[in-house]
Amino acid sequence: MRKPFARKLLVSGAIALAALATGTVAIAAGGVEHPPARKWHFQGPFGTYDRAAAQRGYQVYQEVCAACHSLSLVAYRNLTDLGLTENQVKSLIKDITVPDLNDEGAPADRPARPADRFKKPFANEAAAAAANNGKAPPDLSVIVKAREYGPDYIYGLLTGYVPYDKLTPEQIKEFDVKKDDYFNKYFPGHKIAMAPPLADDKVTYADGTKATTAQEAADVTEFLAWASEPHMEDRKRTGVRVILFLLALAGLMYAVKRVVWADKH
Amino acid sequence: MASSHGTPPVFNNKVISWIDHRLPIFSYIEKEYHTFPTPRNFNYFWNFGAIATVMLVLMIATGIVLATNYTPHVLMAFDAVERIDRDVPQGWLIRDLHMNGASFFFIAVYIHIFRGMYYGSYKAPRELLWILGVVIFLLMMATAFMGYVLPWGQMSFWGATVITNLFSAIPVVGESIVTWLWGGFAVDNPTLNRFFALHYLLPFIIVAVVALHVVALHVHGSNNPTGIDVKGPQDTVPFHPYYTMKDGFGVICFLIVFAGFVFFAPDYLGHPDNYIPANPMVTPAHIVPEWYFLPFYAILRAIPDKLGGVLAMFGAIAVLFVLPWLDTSRVRSCTFRPIYKWFMMLLVVDVIVLGICGSKPPEGFWVPLSQLATLYYFAHFLVLLPILGKIERPLPLPPSIADSVLKKKAV
Repeated sequence: MRKPFARKLLVSGAIALAALATGTVAIAAGGVEHPPARKWHFQGPFGTYDRAAAQRGYQVYQEVCAACHSLSLVAYRNLTDLGLTENQVKSLIKDITVPDLNDEGAPADRPARPADRFKKPFANEAAAAAANNGKAPPDLSVIVKAREYGPDYIYGLLTGYVPYDKLTPEQIKEFDVKKDDYFNKYFPGHKIAMAPPLADDKVTYADGTKATTAQEAADVTEFLAWASEPHMEDRKRTGVRVILFLLALAGLMYAVKRVVWADKH
Repeated sequence: MASSHGTPPVFNNKVISWIDHRLPIFSYIEKEYHTFPTPRNFNYFWNFGAIATVMLVLMIATGIVLATNYTPHVLMAFDAVERIDRDVPQGWLIRDLHMNGASFFFIAVYIHIFRGMYYGSYKAPRELLWILGVVIFLLMMATAFMGYVLPWGQMSFWGATVITNLFSAIPVVGESIVTWLWGGFAVDNPTLNRFFALHYLLPFIIVAVVALHVVALHVHGSNNPTGIDVKGPQDTVPFHPYYTMKDGFGVICFLIVFAGFVFFAPDYLGHPDNYIPANPMVTPAHIVPEWYFLPFYAILRAIPDKLGGVLAMFGAIAVLFVLPWLDTSRVRSCTFRPIYKWFMMLLVVDVIVLGICGSKPPEGFWVPLSQLATLYYFAHFLVLLPILGKIERPLPLPPSIADSVLKKKAV
């Protein structure tokens, strides 16, 4: 069982190397637009996550994305970072059951606890692939860090679908788009297996925000950016302190150095 | 001259005196790091040895902490790194320091190498000092490469696949060597395990070679921006406090830039694909190594033949070993070499061009450009350097270091 796989790997490695050495690798994803740069709340050296947007984004993830995409590195308890109380987290997960073993050692579901990681929509990767035309939907835990242009790409992808009847004949020809294919402006190669996941009023926000497609996309991107790097605010806060300290120390060191060298110049 | 300086120190503290009489570590520190006569005319380029040392210590310290929280297994490594980031207290800080520390270690060492080349520090009697430095550079490259494999992302996996496959270019035994390196028939768990073991081992070998590098340095003392030898006490200052304080200032300035990346752009120098778990069945569209390998990667790809590319890439480093004998000029410092100075600058531009070529897909205009830049790289060392020493007329050298310092002050 292992051998053909090993051979495939050896061959593909050799091909990759030969291609690199002879300069014949061509990037398959021709003509993909860069997603437009948006203004994000978490940008810049002092940027923070917009808690309200991230909470709405959690709702979008839970009601829409979670049907296919896992978020396996995030635990329910982490949601308290977004401003939820422990009791709110407990009530959010009260209807969720997760697979475990019972006291007899037999597989059995039990109610989810805050310490559990987000429940995966499929039992394993093979099941996820089988339910999705042969390819498992990617886990979203670090998706914002795992794509070039990060949050702009995720937002662009979620809002970048072009319906078949809006495509130009050249696009249809160049990318060989069929009537039931999904065409996305920002996806490498344009043809994407995922149907447009968001639509106006796909979710109903409790805070009264109007759930347009763009709003949902922005909110879920904010949530996924947080999921990719929950400690970002701590990182930036620490950074400001460290750099201020180092600047002061540099000034002091420079003064000391001047004094020490005073008689040598 | 440097080895016989000063009188033996007298220690007032009885414990120190007792120990030093039996194991002269305090005398050693006194002699090599306090009274050690050091040229008085260093510029800030001479900070980078100290900076590189600080980065080495930082990498080992953060690395040991990371190792205590890491699991070298193909099914767990990616999540283990994320777990350090998410769940280990201040784990994100340790990891960001370590992964950006690698880049900044290379930045420091590249500047240190440039300093050595520009001011001719590799020339007699410092050839072995230089060669030990190149050995450190090679060990760093091996360590960094194996470290990049450990998070087991897509670039980890495919970088490991491409680089280990290089050895299959060796005639006859190549395939067997690759199998031996992998510990199997593919990059898999045995590969990850041995890379982890070696990634932990090599830094300590680097420490040992650094120690030899420092021993060799302290035989004849440091070179200096004029490249002329120390002629007497008027040319030097004691290492402490003059250079401890100046190095301290330089180290802090370097750390400010480093902290800027660690805290405000920790992933800027990395590749997004390495946040995708390794998948042997999916090849990334564009496999690139870390930025500090890009010039050598460009040289590898510039040669349209696998074995030729591998030889050129290793040759690009091998040529550094014989640099002291390729340079025929008797003048060390580029300050007094009016022609070579510009070729040295051109070499820097050439290496940067190679780096840019290495980051681009090998197609169109980038292929001939990287071939041209590769050709120039080797021509610099193998043609220009030997010839220039013969035909170039150096500027008059100052009579002494002290003289050059005092004259500068008078102007």
